[in-house]
Amino acid sequence: MSLQVDNLRVYYQTLRGDVKALDGATFTLADGEIMGLAGESGCGKTTLGHSLIRLALPMRFIEGRVTLDGEELPIWDTEKMNDFRFKKISIIPQYAMNAMNPTRKIGRMTAELLGSRKVDFKDILPELKRRLDLVKLSHDVLDMYPIELSGGMKQRMVMVLSTLLDPSLLIADEITSALDVSSQKAVAEMLVEFRNRKCCNSAIVITHDISILYQIADSIMVMYAGQLAEKASTETIIHAPRHPYTKLLISSLPEVGVKYTERRLTGIPGNPPLLLDPPVGCRFRERCPIAFEKCIEIPPFVEIEPGHFIACWKEAGTHAQA
Amino acid sequence: MQRYFSRKLIIYALTFFLAVTIDWMIPRFMPGDPIRNMLTRVSVSSNPSAIQMMYDYYTHLFGLDLPLWQQYLNFWNSLLHGDIGISTYLFPTPVTDVLWRAVPYDIFLLVPAILLSWYAGNKFGAFAARSKWLDNTISPLGYILTATPYMWLGILLAWFFGIVWGIFPIAGAYSFNMQPHLSWAFIGSIFHHWFLPFASLFLVGFGGWAIGMRNMIIYELEADYSHYLEALGAPRKLIRQYAFRNGILPQITGLALQLGVIVAGALVTEVVFSYPGIGYLLLAAIQNQDYFLIQGCFLFIIIGVLLSNFIIDIVYVLVDPRTRRGMTGESA
Ligand SMILES: Nc1ncnc2c1ncn2[C@@H]1O[C@H](COP(=O)(O)OP(=O)(O)OP(=O)(O)O)[C@@H](O)[C@H]1O
Ligand code: SF4
Ligand SMILES: [Mg+2]
Repeated sequence: MSLQVDNLRVYYQTLRGDVKALDGATFTLADGEIMGLAGESGCGKTTLGHSLIRLALPMRFIEGRVTLDGEELPIWDTEKMNDFRFKKISIIPQYAMNAMNPTRKIGRMTAELLGSRKVDFKDILPELKRRLDLVKLSHDVLDMYPIELSGGMKQRMVMVLSTLLDPSLLIADEITSALDVSSQKAVAEMLVEFRNRKCCNSAIVITHDISILYQIADSIMVMYAGQLAEKASTETIIHAPRHPYTKLLISSLPEVGVKYTERRLTGIPGNPPLLLDPPVGCRFRERCPIAFEKCIEIPPFVEIEPGHFIACWKEAGTHAQA
Repeated sequence: MQRYFSRKLIIYALTFFLAVTIDWMIPRFMPGDPIRNMLTRVSVSSNPSAIQMMYDYYTHLFGLDLPLWQQYLNFWNSLLHGDIGISTYLFPTPVTDVLWRAVPYDIFLLVPAILLSWYAGNKFGAFAARSKWLDNTISPLGYILTATPYMWLGILLAWFFGIVWGIFPIAGAYSFNMQPHLSWAFIGSIFHHWFLPFASLFLVGFGGWAIGMRNMIIYELEADYSHYLEALGAPRKLIRQYAFRNGILPQITGLALQLGVIVAGALVTEVVFSYPGIGYLLLAAIQNQDYFLIQGCFLFIIIGVLLSNFIIDIVYVLVDPRTRRGMTGESA
């Protein structure tokens, strides 16, 4: 078991009160697993990703336990987390286009960053060059400023940079969203290649775009309004989803997995609830076609088949009651 | 690179042409008559016909009897020959001499005030940005300092230090009963007179730079690249260093702009403290309708501003890669 998250709860402090953006997430990630994390915009995907590596204000840690390779991550302690960052857990942020200091040459920035982590740039340079080859970037980029790179190049550069110290867990947030369709596919495949070459052990790939996940993910976890709805193997999520939200999500995508599609998760009537004051019970209740009385209570996230988890009173049936 | 600079040069040349044209127009559209003004001041004779004769003579001498377009062409012609005329107010001193006499005072007053307030303000602003406590106590002070109308601060300083407590003199560049010469007493007098105008400029500049730098640093620390470095466990020191370097860039522009207007003097300061720089001179020139001196003062300012802007352009290309891109670029 690579990553284990128990009942993780992270809120945003705002003047109007706590935004309950991540409300009790429990899941695990196997060695070498690439897990897709999907859900509508604002459901808390980035919040989950960030809280594992950089839990900073206005985020507030409420409760939960995160274990990576048997070691507990002190995610609530910014200073202590520094030992794990980059080396054990790393991130390709959603804002990868602006992730590099605009006034430093990329090579120099990399050297300074590595130096500050007590890693010698010269030692790692051959490997860095090999990885640049892997993502089809010329070695010259090291001598360039970020602004001299195209969006896709920046994305790949950040990918190389983030995985340079072979972290155990890589969080990749929307790495394909800003790219055109052909580079989306290339970047997604590079990520798999990185995993295969052990540049990272396991990965969480956050995206709106389920068709990308169909290409590269071993499993998919679906979030709704700050909570987990369903997690299962990619095949199961695409072809035999159980949670009503996942079903609607999948059916709103035409020909999933056959064609890349620009369509986002928009085909579901109604809007997700505001997380400042979320509804009690199942947060999907108002939009759920099969809701019933029981749904006024929060459904537990239970395993209905090996590796298939779901949070729904109706679908989980006896599993949930037990 | 070459294309970038040649394009810039053309823009600067155009700006120069326009600004100088306006400079030529300003005094000519002011009410009043420089020659009449000069003659009344000298009041050579009370004989009206003699005065009329002298009036015609000087008007002709200064070329003010020609049609405007001719005056304009002559103006450019002599300007290109390095001749900017003779002052009517300080007749017959050439304008260039008058200006050169005033400039050292401006430099002596403004260069230290601008550089020191820039340096100290930036240091301090960056420092304040890192500590909540300092930020809460000192930043309001900075805001008050910058928000104070300069005139008011100057008068306040002059009033308390000059009149109430009598510690510092409030007029001139050195004691009125001294002749410029090399002695400790004279140098002491120079610094004594220099202090109040300097301090007033320093204080206001300091507040402005400190606030600006503090805001820049806070902004940079919230930028995406800072967050990324944090996520990769980079120490605060490295992140701050980047933030400082990026935050200082706009401050460099501001500094260069200020240095550019040095030649303009600090009009208000020099008026409040009767300090004989270009600003003071400009005021006198306007009061006496001295076309040529006004033109000369403005010409100085124009050249100073354009030159310093040009230098900023070059410096920026050296320190900020984002501008460098534009140079090879298609659009810029
Ligand atoms: N800094 C913040 N302050 C307050 N609320 C925030 C903040 N950042 C995010 N939120 C709220 O937290 C919720 C989850 O946001 P998050 O960015 O995790 O969503 P997401 O699933 O990554 O969305 P997207 O797909 O658009 O990236 C949203 O409802 C959002 O309004
Ligand atoms: S728990 Fe109820 S409301 Fe929620 S998804 Fe299941 S049936 Fe729908
Ligand atoms: Mg997001």
